[in-house]
Amino acid sequence: MSLSFSDEKLKEVQRIVDRYPQGKQKSALIPVLHLAQEEFGGWLSTETMDYVASVLNLKPIEVYEVATFYSMFNLKPVGKYMFEVCQTGPCMLNGSDDIVKYIHEKLGIKPGETTSDGMFTLKTVECLGACGYAPMMQQGKYYKEHLTKEKIDAIIAECRSTAAAKN
Amino acid sequence: MGRKLLLDKANIEGIRYYDVYRREGGYRSVEKALKSMTPDQVTDEVKKSGLRGRGGAGFPTGMKWSFLAKPEGVPRYLVVNADESEPGTFKDRYLMEFIPHLLIEGMITSSYALGSNRSYIYIRGEYAWIVDILEQAIAEAKNNGWLGKNILGTGFDLEIYVQRGAGAYICGEETALLESLEGKRGNPRIKPPFPAVKGLWDCPTVVNNVETITAVVPIVNEGGEEYAKIGVGKSTGTKLISACGNINKPGVYEIDMTISVEEFIYSDEYCGGIANGRKLKACIPGGSSVPILPANLLLKTAKGETRYMNYESLADGGFATGSMMGSGGFIVMDDSQCVVRHTYTLARFYRHESCGQCSPCREGTGWMEKILWNLETGKGKMSDIDLLWDIQRKIEGNTICPLGDAAAWPVAAAIRHFRDEFEWHVTNPDDAQRRNYGLAHYADPIKVATPA
Repeated sequence: MSLSFSDEKLKEVQRIVDRYPQGKQKSALIPVLHLAQEEFGGWLSTETMDYVASVLNLKPIEVYEVATFYSMFNLKPVGKYMFEVCQTGPCMLNGSDDIVKYIHEKLGIKPGETTSDGMFTLKTVECLGACGYAPMMQQGKYYKEHLTKEKIDAIIAECRSTAAAKN
Repeated sequence: MGRKLLLDKANIEGIRYYDVYRREGGYRSVEKALKSMTPDQVTDEVKKSGLRGRGGAGFPTGMKWSFLAKPEGVPRYLVVNADESEPGTFKDRYLMEFIPHLLIEGMITSSYALGSNRSYIYIRGEYAWIVDILEQAIAEAKNNGWLGKNILGTGFDLEIYVQRGAGAYICGEETALLESLEGKRGNPRIKPPFPAVKGLWDCPTVVNNVETITAVVPIVNEGGEEYAKIGVGKSTGTKLISACGNINKPGVYEIDMTISVEEFIYSDEYCGGIANGRKLKACIPGGSSVPILPANLLLKTAKGETRYMNYESLADGGFATGSMMGSGGFIVMDDSQCVVRHTYTLARFYRHESCGQCSPCREGTGWMEKILWNLETGKGKMSDIDLLWDIQRKIEGNTICPLGDAAAWPVAAAIRHFRDEFEWHVTNPDDAQRRNYGLAHYADPIKVATPA
């Protein structure tokens, strides 16, 4: 198997496993899947899931059944930056449909699609618990709230310049 | 100005960090409980307080604690439910983000009462940055001797860990949460056995909401009887309300449960009235699962009495003319909003979040979503409205967990109170694409039936 956590990440896996009583390392599965998704390209390939199974001493099926259940685990490749726009009731009341439409206009992608340069993925999601600060989206680890067209423009520009600086 | 017990110090600069929190009187409840009370005495204070679960069901917390089985030699667990996912609800996030030590303090005191030496916070995966805030607070508490071995020299040991979920509303249901914490799919378990007997790793477990556990701090500090003096009837203490939708001041408010709904919506201390000078059309007062009420039934009960922001008054009239306190997720709709479209987004939400174990929920939620989409986009038939009613009736009560009920109730209440708006979508499909039905008669004074 070619892919592997760094020694530092393996230590983090051990720290996670240590949160549970002896023999309950299966409880570490969801946290370790988060770690694997961050480390191995933003999504969970079969290879990644098999690797996680070997690290936690689980059967691969135990990993697949969990990875396919939770909406934060991506089972196909995604762009460098993912815009996860909330569209549930309270956000809808505050114009989330227009935000999705605007991102579509700006980037030419519909929900579920990724730009051809692999930079952006648009995803519509259900309630993220930011109803008072609607419309909003998750971008990476953080929430972007009180969205407007101007804010979307600024976020896209910031993503582009961050990516350019990294290259 | 109502009394504040949880958010009274929320605006103090630096309250997120240990030094400030401690200086402001933090961790007193731990000192008091561990040094001068037995675990059962702490439980008794919680019982006396009348505290009810703040996650949505409103079950008395002290009673839940007293159900916890205590077999010799078997570990017991406290798990805090921070999987806040009910649309309209964002109060636990506020507590954890701004006053994380209040939760840690409440957990130490509660863990002592329950005999848990290893307690978990299960937090929804999307609150990723809050995990860091909580872990920092836990580290600070540990460095200052509030966690670890032999806390305050009393022989009580406790470790607290944060477990991150990965996007699943269903994990807010306590048995699904435990499955998830065990590293499995979040499929709710059949009850009984209840978690109090067989919970995490088959050990006795108490699962409580974040706000419930933070309320243990003032209860222990001031005594259960003092806490019970605030509020009214069986709605004791204070409640956090997360208000959103078309209001001037969305946000998290702590109320003592004696204020009226009207005051909550219109006073500047709270929501500050309806945004953009529009009129109140409808409101879902306790999170997306509870029945929606038109303006007239929201502000006054069917008997014509003022409706108050507490468990009993919001439920007055049952589901026919009342609603529920639920999680305190207060969603306000103005007269420019469409009830059919809003109900559609909720139906889509429940279809997305159904775990798929029970056929009525798995199939029914998808079916309701499709019918509502047809109605919303002008392709609906009059018979669809009765079909929707029929489907929700067949989901309710026929599933392992309450998600089925939660999916059925918003659809039922929308049809019950806004049937004419649904019918208008069928008879005027083109109009329905261009404009909304508006306020109609939903704010008209209620005709109170006079007894013969």
